[in-house]
Parts: sequence; C-alpha cells; structure tokens
Amino acid sequence: MIQVFTFYLFAVLLIASGAFTIFSRNPVHSVLWLILAFFNAAGLMVLVGAEFIAMLLVIVYVGAVAVLFLFVVMMLDIDFAELRAGFMKNVPLGILLAIVFVMELIFGIGAYQAGKIELADTPVNPAREGATNIEAVGELLYTKYIFLFETAGIILLVAMVGAIVLTNRKRAGVRPQNVSEQVARRPEDATRNMQPEVGKGVEL
Amino acid sequence: MIGIEHYIVVSSILFVMGVLGIFLNRKNVIIILMAIELILLAVNINLVAFSAFLGDMVGQVFAMFVLTVAAGEAAIGLAILVIYFRGRGTIAVDDINRMKG
Repeated sequence: MIQVFTFYLFAVLLIASGAFTIFSRNPVHSVLWLILAFFNAAGLMVLVGAEFIAMLLVIVYVGAVAVLFLFVVMMLDIDFAELRAGFMKNVPLGILLAIVFVMELIFGIGAYQAGKIELADTPVNPAREGATNIEAVGELLYTKYIFLFETAGIILLVAMVGAIVLTNRKRAGVRPQNVSEQVARRPEDATRNMQPEVGKGVEL
Repeated sequence: MIGIEHYIVVSSILFVMGVLGIFLNRKNVIIILMAIELILLAVNINLVAFSAFLGDMVGQVFAMFVLTVAAGEAAIGLAILVIYFRGRGTIAVDDINRMKG
C-alpha cells in the first residue's frame, strides 16, 4: 500500500514539475523545477530497486548539470521577456500535438496490456542471487560492457575538452604569467656589477 | 498494484512534456536544452522500469550510458550557447541564419 502511495506521489510531482519547467516565465525557476523533477525521478527509480541509477541521477544531474544550467542562466544577461514573445501563439497547436502524442503512447501501452509480446523466455542478464543493485550493475559493466564503459569515458573527455576549447578566449590587455620566460631568465641578464667612483652615480 | 504500465504512462507523459517544451519555447534555447534533459530523463525511466520488470540488468547499464551522453550534450550545448551569446548578445535561436542552411 505504501508503495502505491509513494509511486503516485513521485509520479504526480514529477509530471507537475516537468510542466512547470517548460511553462515557467523565469528560467531560474525552470532550472529549480527541473531539479525537483530529477529528484522525483530518482525516487521512482529507487522504488523499483535501481538505487545505483537513482543516486547517479541525483549526483550527476542535480549536482552537475542543473548547477551548470543555473550558472549559465545567471551569467548571461538576457532579456527573457522578449524571448517569450511567440509563446502564446504556439500554445494551442502545441497542446493539440501533445495530446495526440500522449494518446498514441497510451494506445500503445493498452496494446501491450492486451497481449504480452514475448520479449525473452528467460531473463538475459538477471541480477545474481543475493547481489545488491550496485554489485549487479558493476558485474555487468566491468565485464561484458567494458568497451562501452570506456567509450563513455572518452565521450565525457571529448565533451570536456570541447567545452573548454569553445569557451576559452584570448583576452586583449591582460598580462598573464609566462612561466617558461621566467624560468629561462638568468642572473647575468638581470643584474650588473658596478663599481662607481666616489661622488658619481650609476647610469641605468 | 503498480505495474510496468504505470511507469510507461509516467515516462510517456514526461517525454511529451519535453517535446511540448521544445515546441512552445522555440526562441529560448536554455529552455530547449532543459526540455531535452526532460526527454532523456523519460527515456531513462523507461529503461530502468523495463529492466526491473524483465529482470534484466542491461537496462540499467544502458541508462547509465544515456546519462553520460546527456551530461556531455548539456556541457557542449551550454558552451555553444555561451559563445553564441558573446557574439550576438542574444540567445534567440529562431533567427539563426548565419550559415544559410
């Protein structure tokens, strides 16, 4: 009983925060609603026993991606009122299309309910008896899908390098430290030994 | 009792909400990126639900890969957004016609 209640709580909050994300006037509010949506999705995943993905969702999305969004929204000085100009014009057609999409999807689910399609006779990669969710994912991830896992790492590396290369720029008028020049400087280039006579100065 | 259908309905509604968000906020590319995140979240819920109900752990492994791609996509998308804003001073995407594509 408590599972049913929790499911509906998470599901309703998830859909509501998803709706607020796209309908909110202020993009900062949109990001905060998005964070709530991710939390509720994590709750839904915990409910079916996928704790690893749920925690990953909270750490990666809420901790990194949503904060990145918040950062960009606040950093850029944008006139958001102007960007919403065409919003109301799009609403009727958009809602209509959305209803059509949802109807199609729910129709498909109804067909699924009416007669089960045999996807597999036996589970292909069931979790080992007595293994926790994280152990089961790890046993699969580091053996059968190790190449995909490493490719995922490469993708993240490329994304990181790409983001840095795209946003890095040479600024005019700044004087950054040049380490190699500093290291290459010798004492004899910088200092002179002088023996000035009494009463005379030194030519600089 | 909660079945797989409940999960698919929730993820379908979330998916359509993401598509609707792209449709409605055609000018504001930040909201479009957030709507794409919503779509990928719906896909993840679907993968995890099927993984749990069919007793197949591969679904969760692939949900992790989807998460990876989503994080990379958000980083690159926001970087492109920042350099676009630097050059133009606006992020209205409906009049990007520089490349005459």
